[in-house]
Amino acid sequence: MCGIVGLFLKNPALRPQLGRHLSTMLIGMTERGPDSAGIAVYHKPVAASQCKLTLFHADPHYHWRAVGGQMGEDLSAEVDIEVKANHVVFTVTSDEATVRHWIKEHHPEVRIMGYGQLMEVYKDMGLPAEVVDKYSVRAMEGSHAIGHTRMATESAVTTEHSHPFTAASDMCLVHNGSLSNHNNLRKWLHKRGHEFETDNDSEVAARYFAQRLDEGATLPEALEAGLRDLDGFYTFTMGTRDGFAVLRDGIACKPAVLAETDDYVAMASEFRSLANLPGVDKATIWEPKPAVVYTWSLQ
Amino acid sequence: MITVDLAAETVRDLNQRLHDLPADTNERAWRVVNPKGAHALVAGLDRPVDVLIEGHVGYYCAGMNKHASVVIDGHCGVGVAENIMSGEVRVKGNASQSAGASGQGGLLVIEGDASARCGISMKGVDIVVGGSVGHMSAFMAQTGNLVVCGDAGQSLGDSIYEAKLYVQGKVESLGADCIEKAMTPHHVEKLGRLLARAGVKGDPNKFKRYGSARKLYHFHVDHADAY
Repeated sequence: MCGIVGLFLKNPALRPQLGRHLSTMLIGMTERGPDSAGIAVYHKPVAASQCKLTLFHADPHYHWRAVGGQMGEDLSAEVDIEVKANHVVFTVTSDEATVRHWIKEHHPEVRIMGYGQLMEVYKDMGLPAEVVDKYSVRAMEGSHAIGHTRMATESAVTTEHSHPFTAASDMCLVHNGSLSNHNNLRKWLHKRGHEFETDNDSEVAARYFAQRLDEGATLPEALEAGLRDLDGFYTFTMGTRDGFAVLRDGIACKPAVLAETDDYVAMASEFRSLANLPGVDKATIWEPKPAVVYTWSLQ
Repeated sequence: MITVDLAAETVRDLNQRLHDLPADTNERAWRVVNPKGAHALVAGLDRPVDVLIEGHVGYYCAGMNKHASVVIDGHCGVGVAENIMSGEVRVKGNASQSAGASGQGGLLVIEGDASARCGISMKGVDIVVGGSVGHMSAFMAQTGNLVVCGDAGQSLGDSIYEAKLYVQGKVESLGADCIEKAMTPHHVEKLGRLLARAGVKGDPNKFKRYGSARKLYHFHVDHADAY
């Protein structure tokens, strides 16, 4: 069992409150996922010449400034560092592929949680409320965010196995369920150049959608392809630079509820995570249908 | 009327108060506010009380209900009125999966839509849905009536026993051993009475009836494909 949430703001005036609402939603899913929690938030776009990466190392005293200094020297780039507990956001005047390659080569002990120009990813072990406090999620502004609370069934309880999973620039996925053909899909993706960071089935799903998007599929097309190729139980919520998507498998064992107003679209495993959103009493509330693709995009 | 505000009291407090009511109680009218999607609200009631819940509820609301009349003025999560024994549960909005699962008696009315597995394994409950139901509804339904004023999703009545299914709209597909059956004047009359009891408008002449072909009751090698 896991809990997933997503909040996509249609009204820009609500952006300063994104983190506050997301925190309430995430904590509302504590009983579905007390092992670990994670979020991806879309905010603070960097300049076109820059990229940003969310990095993790288990040691809270890891020498991030030395790593940043060396990276700046090697890549002739400016590196801006923002530390949040054992995560750090590097903003670098370079292209994201070069930076990721440099990190893998020089600091393979560092985990890349997310990358792109908007998205930051924070995930950690512990109760959702602890993770929210540790990373000051309530104070985060932004246009959209997704979150996950995990009760592990398929693989270990570690920060690395926590969701969201990232597989492309500004793209991430949260998953409630389990896939049964992830080994075959992992092989298929491996042949197409994907390197896996974990043995988690949800990482396979994230990379599968990234592959389809990379092949030129639109977000709805990538999700439609997923309905054909992914075997198992799933409710997915996905974030992209300007989009937000929800998909359930055809059997629809894993719960999901959506609430939409003029101001936002919110998704959660259960209504209790949506119950404190502003204006939810007047929202359109429905259960997403099995095997139907739901997407929204920023205007 | 006794009002319980779940912003101030816990679900456990509310349920315990209702469970502790003596048989001859005068405290028969209850109102619950701020449910905010909480689970197991008013589950296990065993007294002829009226409960109105104002707002959306979570899983297993009014589960195992006996004698009580519960109205949910909102939507509800998985398993509303699961294993209902008697009394009445009414949902003014939509219901999630497995509404009325294993219900043994009483009446469940869903004025909106119900999603997948509505009436799964029902054992005597009457369920009236004003809208549509999702896939695998009335799976292994044993007895009782499921009335759907809208459409039914895939595999309606899969592996059904002796429950009676009435659908006014389209049926996406019938499950194993479920067939359309003749709508006799007797069935029209029974359906009319049930719709009236549920307070749901509908012309019983416009419904089709579905039930068991009774071919899966005993193993027969010629039917192996259907298992």
